[in-house]
Amino acid sequence: MELGHKISESTHKKIFTLITHLIRNPIHGVVNIHPGYSSMLLTLDKMANIDDTIRVVENILDVVQNSEPPEGKLVEVPVLYGGNYGKDIQRVVQFSKLSEGEIIQRHQTRNYLVYFLGFSPGFPYLGGMDQDLTTPRIQTPRKRVPQGSVAIAGGQTGIYPFPSPGGWNLIGRTPLKIFNISNPQNSLIQMGDKVQFKSISKDKYELLKESNGA
Amino acid sequence: MGLEVLRAGLQSTVQDQGRLGYAHLGVSASGAADNFSLRIGNILVGNPKQSAGIEMTIIGDKYRFKSDAYIALTGSQFEAELDNKPIPFWQGWSINKGQILDIRSTKTGARCYLCVAGGINIEDVMGAKTTHLTSGIGGTHGRILKKLDELDFGTLDDSINPVKKLNESITADNKIIRVTKGIQWLWFHKKQKNKFFQHQYRVTDLSNRMGLRLIGNTINNKKESEIITAGIPLGAIQIPGDGQPIISFVEHQTTGGYPIIANVISADLRKVGQLKPGDYFQFELTSFSRAEKLKVDQEKFIHSSHHD
Repeated sequence: MELGHKISESTHKKIFTLITHLIRNPIHGVVNIHPGYSSMLLTLDKMANIDDTIRVVENILDVVQNSEPPEGKLVEVPVLYGGNYGKDIQRVVQFSKLSEGEIIQRHQTRNYLVYFLGFSPGFPYLGGMDQDLTTPRIQTPRKRVPQGSVAIAGGQTGIYPFPSPGGWNLIGRTPLKIFNISNPQNSLIQMGDKVQFKSISKDKYELLKESNGA
Repeated sequence: MGLEVLRAGLQSTVQDQGRLGYAHLGVSASGAADNFSLRIGNILVGNPKQSAGIEMTIIGDKYRFKSDAYIALTGSQFEAELDNKPIPFWQGWSINKGQILDIRSTKTGARCYLCVAGGINIEDVMGAKTTHLTSGIGGTHGRILKKLDELDFGTLDDSINPVKKLNESITADNKIIRVTKGIQWLWFHKKQKNKFFQHQYRVTDLSNRMGLRLIGNTINNKKESEIITAGIPLGAIQIPGDGQPIISFVEHQTTGGYPIIANVISADLRKVGQLKPGDYFQFELTSFSRAEKLKVDQEKFIHSSHHD
């Protein structure tokens, strides 16, 4: 279902409201819901009737479309920037013509809206990055991006909750456990939250990593 | 009650019907690559639908049974011996404690399944036993089986009777994969779509449970090369910038940015699960109503197998 044609906070709100409703009040036959920036994909049980399900969802959309989505929380994400933890920060220096210090400063001053979680478990699609930090993806994607990597791709920034292949520019790493396998609905970062990054020292990183068991 | 892995194959994992209900958190369902064969295997040993079995890929495992068991092998034919004697596929078989089951190379498709009465009993992660290898969730510590792993069997509810053998031949022809129009179908000119269906594609080495990367006719689209990031279903055929199709498979990304030209029909997903690197096949366009009918027919067939 397309709920808009571009990336905007108002479209996000519509999708977020609808999805929150569908998660709390599951529809028979819908097995998975995939939010996007401007759309929502429902996957159905093999025996579900597609036309009936679409009708039910459209009715729900009519009902909820003027209601407000739940209030997201502000999540502070500590990041050890640069060095071995953010191996591509020099690429951002190169493309942005800003100093490393300036890049870190700009990256952590914004609040980023979590448009949705997608790609891999718990991966937040964050909106609102300073466009001066825009850096194209690396030429050859890495086979394994370390868990907790904070990265930039084009005009977007994100966090890798699990080790995975990836082509984003790594600028730092968080010691926090982003995705909670034993209680996934209560993972640290949820759709609709705001994320703020905060630069930390190596010592602080190690300390937090130990206490988080990440 | 259980078995021990004496030799691990190329990529063996514990699989079930998938981890449903978490796509909005970025978690794709995973589950058996050839879901049909796993379900039939469960019917053959009298398990409920959701029981877990072992999925083997290209080269199978060698096991010692630590207890009596009742098993079935399904999926593609692999070289398989029980105490050095060939053991048939697609039928229930009694195993005595101490017997050794040796499953070697495939003779046909990519995957075979071992189902055991009672199912493979491991802890559920987010409501399922399936291994999601890409993110290391579920199964045996999120990884492939290795030598000396021990797996327990569950206890069986007596209400379901095993089906000794299936009468019909149930192997599928992997040379044709049927698809319906994808959400970005109109992004592609008629000429490009003809190219997509005209010739065979080859499955490359860069193919796994997450996706199958293909080589063949290059498909260009008339619009931008990327869409606004949106949900991707199982079986979506994406056309990235280089024009070579990718079939998103059981461990697929929940969202992505490449246009989707077509979707593999549900009834043919089992065939995709049996494709291996180097295999050639051709896409064939079919209607939504035909796809729906083929899916329902497949479900009916599976249900009817209970009462053979």
